[in-house]
Amino acid sequence: MKDDVMKTPIPVSLPPLATGLIAVAACAIFGWLFLLAESEVAVLGLVLLAVLAGWGAQKTGLSATLGTAMHQHSGAMNGAIVASLLAVIALLGTEHFPLLMLSTMLLYLVAALGLNVQFGLTGMVNFAGAAFFGIGAYTSAVLTTHTAVPPLLILLAGGLIAALIGALLIVPVVRTAGHYSAVVTIAFGVLFKTFLEVNEVLGGPQGLMVGSMNVFGWDFNNGPVLMGHEMSFYVNYALLSSGLAILAFALTRRLERSWLGLALDSVRLDETASACFGINVVRAKVLAFTYGNILAGIAGALYGMMISFIAPNSFTFSDSLLMVSIVLLGGLGSLWGSALAAVIVVLVPEKLQILQEYRFLLFSVLVIAMLLFRPQGLLPRGVRSYFPGGRAQR
Amino acid sequence: MSEVLLEFEGLAKSFGGVRALDGLDMRVKRGEILGLIGPNGSGKTTSFNVVTGIYTPTSGRVRFDGRDITGLGARKVYEAGIARTFQRSRLCLDLSIFDNVMIGNHARVNNGLWFNLMNRRGLRREVEDGYARARELVAGFSADLADRMFAPVGALPMIERRRIEICRALVSAPKLLLLDEPSAGMTHDETAQLMDDILAVRDRMGDLSIVIIEHEMGVIERLTDHCVVLSYGRKISEGSYAAIAADPEVQTAYLGVD
Ligand SMILES: Nc1ncnc2c1ncn2[C@@H]1O[C@H](COP(=O)(O)OP(=O)(O)OP(=O)(O)O)[C@@H](O)[C@H]1O
Ligand SMILES: [Mg+2]
Repeated sequence: MKDDVMKTPIPVSLPPLATGLIAVAACAIFGWLFLLAESEVAVLGLVLLAVLAGWGAQKTGLSATLGTAMHQHSGAMNGAIVASLLAVIALLGTEHFPLLMLSTMLLYLVAALGLNVQFGLTGMVNFAGAAFFGIGAYTSAVLTTHTAVPPLLILLAGGLIAALIGALLIVPVVRTAGHYSAVVTIAFGVLFKTFLEVNEVLGGPQGLMVGSMNVFGWDFNNGPVLMGHEMSFYVNYALLSSGLAILAFALTRRLERSWLGLALDSVRLDETASACFGINVVRAKVLAFTYGNILAGIAGALYGMMISFIAPNSFTFSDSLLMVSIVLLGGLGSLWGSALAAVIVVLVPEKLQILQEYRFLLFSVLVIAMLLFRPQGLLPRGVRSYFPGGRAQR
Repeated sequence: MSEVLLEFEGLAKSFGGVRALDGLDMRVKRGEILGLIGPNGSGKTTSFNVVTGIYTPTSGRVRFDGRDITGLGARKVYEAGIARTFQRSRLCLDLSIFDNVMIGNHARVNNGLWFNLMNRRGLRREVEDGYARARELVAGFSADLADRMFAPVGALPMIERRRIEICRALVSAPKLLLLDEPSAGMTHDETAQLMDDILAVRDRMGDLSIVIIEHEMGVIERLTDHCVVLSYGRKISEGSYAAIAADPEVQTAYLGVD
């Protein structure tokens, strides 16, 4: 009896859904404060608060409750998360820089989700994520300035060109095992940047202007008006980036929770055994590689339009490493992990300028520490459940 | 339909200077359990790897179910109806029991991109069907395991892993099952249990043929209809267990005396 009482950490326990909704709201308020925080002290305080909250959630079993909420009430929870994201964007309203950061983070997340399919699910490390992102951005630079292709289609074109150029790498990447294919992607990433720097048509080291996004006649250079107030034009990009991130997330989730996701896992874990059970290893790898590059290309195309000026320096090997570290920090194969890690890797250094200089060092140390002490990542991926709440579930 | 399901003709496989298989002739009849035995390094596992297309033979033929499958590639061999387990367990330890069994069912499910991403209802039906099928198969080995279909395999003891490996091989309803030392790493009692399981499987799937590699002679004696003994990649004896056990050449090969 006494034991039972001792084991209950929180005397009044809310049902999982209520706990989950409160947590989402708390995260949204936190994110809003964080994006607006000006002084380094305030930012540092918030970072510490987040670390403590994360640690506390683990210790008190709150994170397990949240997992249950995500599992049993996925519809309501996902809806709440989307609503909070929209609310944060609306609240930021006129703040150019925070909105730009938020959108950048979301676009990095899209690319990281693609890399997670390649690396986390299929086991193919791609150290050229930023190059594929850059291919998308350059595609949108060329198409917005030289053609009248509707910009929404240009996003697709960015993904398509990234996939096509990626196809050049498919033979070496798919045929070589393990570390060699990683080396192939490193070489490609470096080559890509050098190619841009010497290519006068693509602007050389100075780079290119990119036209703005335009959806059915609505030019993204105009700030939308909400109840008589004109908001930052970045609100447009934040909304579209959110839409893209949600779409990429949902699609990647479906991929993971399908026979194809199972095949990708099997290929990562044991290629020979996979082939012995009829899995087409080459198809699985081509699929994963192409899928990831398409996501990176689409995200890059929108990124180019948003920052309106791109140069080879925005797509370096270091940026590729940042993308890979998002996947590693969050947890291999963990989609929510990638989302959390994208926040950490993209937003924190932007906010803490002292870190900006050392961010690569910092993330290297963080990734190494992670691999040593918590190799499954910040939000470890669980056992695959094909359908949330379905019978073939548990 | 011929009585012979699998046939090797002068099968040879060399690794550099090592002749792992050196002109092996062998036949597996439909519905029989054949024991493949021989000292360490005599080429037993290599013969499985050649049949299943992991290695291409240096020379010789493999015929299965009336067709030449020499050098066909692992995926095609599987589709032809041959499934196997591995000497060292090769399950995906992070994945659930269900996932591991379903890997074996890969050729029977819809792997289309559109279907998997967009047709959630169709996929749901396939998952439910697959679940029922996998669960029934697992329940045939252990009711307890069948209640934990979504537990990760890595947490299970060796005997349970072996059972799941066998389920993974059986879920596609193969014509031929190749078992590579299923008793490896198990206690005496566990081995006995697994033997019961294998016999039960054979009773349930009447026309299934099995080739089993084993070092445990008790297992071979109990399970097999026919035995083939390898030494240095060659067949040195064959017949019923009693016949090969009495063969002086087999005794020499095992004891290493001349
Ligand atoms: N991939 C390989 N590369 C080089 N040599 C190999 C390879 N596979 C097997 N061999 C060699 O071929 C011979 C036969 O090996 P095999 O694994 O078939 O033996 P086995 O009968 O299964 O033995 P055990 O009872 O120990 O499992 C051995 O000498 C082994 O070293
Ligand atoms: Mg062997």
